[in-house]
Amino acid sequence: MLTIKNLHASIGEKEILKGVNLEIKPGEVHAIMGPNGSGKSTLASVLAGREEYEVTSGTVEYNGKNLLEMAPEDRAAEGIFLAFQYPVEIPGVTTINFLKTAVNEIRKYNGEEPLDAARFLKLVKEKAKLVNMNDSLLKRALNEGFSGGEKKRNEIFQMAVLEPQLAILDETDSGLDIDALRIVSEGVNKLRSPERATIVVTHYQRLLDYIVPDFVHVLYNGRIAKSGSKELALELEEKGYDWIKPQLSETH
Amino acid sequence: MKETIDLKELLSSRFAAQESAINGAAASDFFQQRKAAFHWFGHLGFPTPKHEEWKYSNVRNLISESYAFNAGHEVTPELLETLQIPNLEGNILYFVNGTYQPRLSTLVSPPGQVLILPLQEAAQSHPDLFKAYYNTLAKNEKEAFTALNTAFSSEGLFIHIPDNTVVEQPVILRFISDARKQNSGAQTRVVVAAGRNAQFKMAEAFRTLGEERSFTNIVTEIHVGEEAYVEYYKVQNETDNAYHIGTTQVRMRDRSHFYAATVSLNGGFIRNNLNIEIDGQFCDAHMYGLYAPNGRQHIDNHTLADHRQPNSFSNELYKGVLRDQSVGVFNGKVFVRPDAQKTNAYQSCKNVVLSPGAKMNTKPQLEIYADDVKCSHGTTTGQLDEEALFYLRSRGIPKSEAMGLLMFAFCEDVISQIRIDPIRHYLEGVIAEKLNLTQ
Repeated sequence: MLTIKNLHASIGEKEILKGVNLEIKPGEVHAIMGPNGSGKSTLASVLAGREEYEVTSGTVEYNGKNLLEMAPEDRAAEGIFLAFQYPVEIPGVTTINFLKTAVNEIRKYNGEEPLDAARFLKLVKEKAKLVNMNDSLLKRALNEGFSGGEKKRNEIFQMAVLEPQLAILDETDSGLDIDALRIVSEGVNKLRSPERATIVVTHYQRLLDYIVPDFVHVLYNGRIAKSGSKELALELEEKGYDWIKPQLSETH
Repeated sequence: MKETIDLKELLSSRFAAQESAINGAAASDFFQQRKAAFHWFGHLGFPTPKHEEWKYSNVRNLISESYAFNAGHEVTPELLETLQIPNLEGNILYFVNGTYQPRLSTLVSPPGQVLILPLQEAAQSHPDLFKAYYNTLAKNEKEAFTALNTAFSSEGLFIHIPDNTVVEQPVILRFISDARKQNSGAQTRVVVAAGRNAQFKMAEAFRTLGEERSFTNIVTEIHVGEEAYVEYYKVQNETDNAYHIGTTQVRMRDRSHFYAATVSLNGGFIRNNLNIEIDGQFCDAHMYGLYAPNGRQHIDNHTLADHRQPNSFSNELYKGVLRDQSVGVFNGKVFVRPDAQKTNAYQSCKNVVLSPGAKMNTKPQLEIYADDVKCSHGTTTGQLDEEALFYLRSRGIPKSEAMGLLMFAFCEDVISQIRIDPIRHYLEGVIAEKLNLTQ
């Protein structure tokens, strides 16, 4: 589904990704862990098409297409979803109207008829239930005045509505208490299927108790320094990231 | 190519001709006031950019051609039908080229609720009432365009709402400039007096037909009596050849409320002055504004909240979206006079400049002479919020639609303040159309 080869990306003069390689197949859940500043969020942003980042070399192939050439909206329409670490507050645009526009633009891109109001509302109600999203939030301006937990829940709610093939969760656990974490994780788990893949970017092992990954990768200084099974996350929890360093220098 | 003329000269000879034509009426108080105003106009002359208040708005082009003022027209009811604001109900009064058109207008409010009379008729039938309000707020001695309006506006309306009266239906003034065959000029005077504890909603909406120039010079005087509540909306959706100079002069008495929203969506050259004298205690004055010029449009809003007495509140929010080579001007003055202790005055002006060629000039001006007051002001001029744009795009919304959504939301802050629903819906439609940013 997704093949990342030797991906280098910079912001301004600063190179952040220094040769990332990653292969993701349908049905898989990959966790990307690593210390602050290792490039985790950059990787998520580059995949979603954030324009501040310049890809200096490498390739990203998504379902046989060159992902890096696609506009962010086209990536979304092709089934990529980024759950933001810091969801943006947009005054004056209600969540429900925003989502209706998004759903129908994606349908248009894929040559489908727009959903009428009744079918859209049915979809929204069903998905809101999935993540315990309060109806009243849907009528409010997008994320405006939402608590941290409400914002994250809104991200997962949007994900549930848009049903992406590849979901990228960028530190979705940050700022969540344990109840919110459980609800958000349940939402993610309910969406797991053999056709869909998920990338979970996280700093802590905690989230992976709820969203159990098939693979864990440690991003360190712009490269994947170590990959392993879910046990690797536990090892990181126990030992921290420092023990990765010597291994990395050995490979130099 | 039209020949360049001296508009001031031309107006002088027109005024002389007018004076000799009216004979007996020349001695009337109404005419004497107009004559005095004409002298002021002669003395002041048209402003130039050297004049501080006209620094960013040059009227050179406006006064380079002549206009047929208050000329006859061929505007039929069928044509007006096409210009209607859908579902709008109330007293709808049409002016064509500045002249009131009773036959095209609809009055629905009972005369006991609101007195609506052409200016000249009011001067004759209600001389005392007329004298108490007409031309008492206009600053003829300072403002050339106001003086010019006073001098020439035998046309206009006098609106009086008696004490303790709620006018249930709004009064909508529709100003149509017919510039299909020639340059059209319109000078209209509107005088509104809301009595004590009266409630009243009004709107002024401007349209120009045709490709020739139009020049509207309008002055609206609004007296807001004690405890009265007045809403005032000004809506401009004109052509690129439309020139508009408008002054709305308001005076508020004790415990009164005044809401204004000025929405300028299209027009070649627009200058709106909104001056509120808060000459009462425990008043609240609200000013909202939205302007969305594109092409080479020029939209200038000058506002004044003049706090003359203690314990009143004023709040102001103006927003602009500028594109192409357009120019916006915002000059917001807040005066807090020495007696006006415990004043709360807030002002904010936010702009989004979408093209490198567009320009926004903002000048907040606070002059505070009392020491126990709360005042704040802020202006921002920036580009579109890139993070918000990316967020919307990352959900599959194409860039142009995402920009449109964000801009619409930006405008909605002001539009939502319009409490006459059909007008608000109409404006939302015009904005949505205008902000269709698909390139």
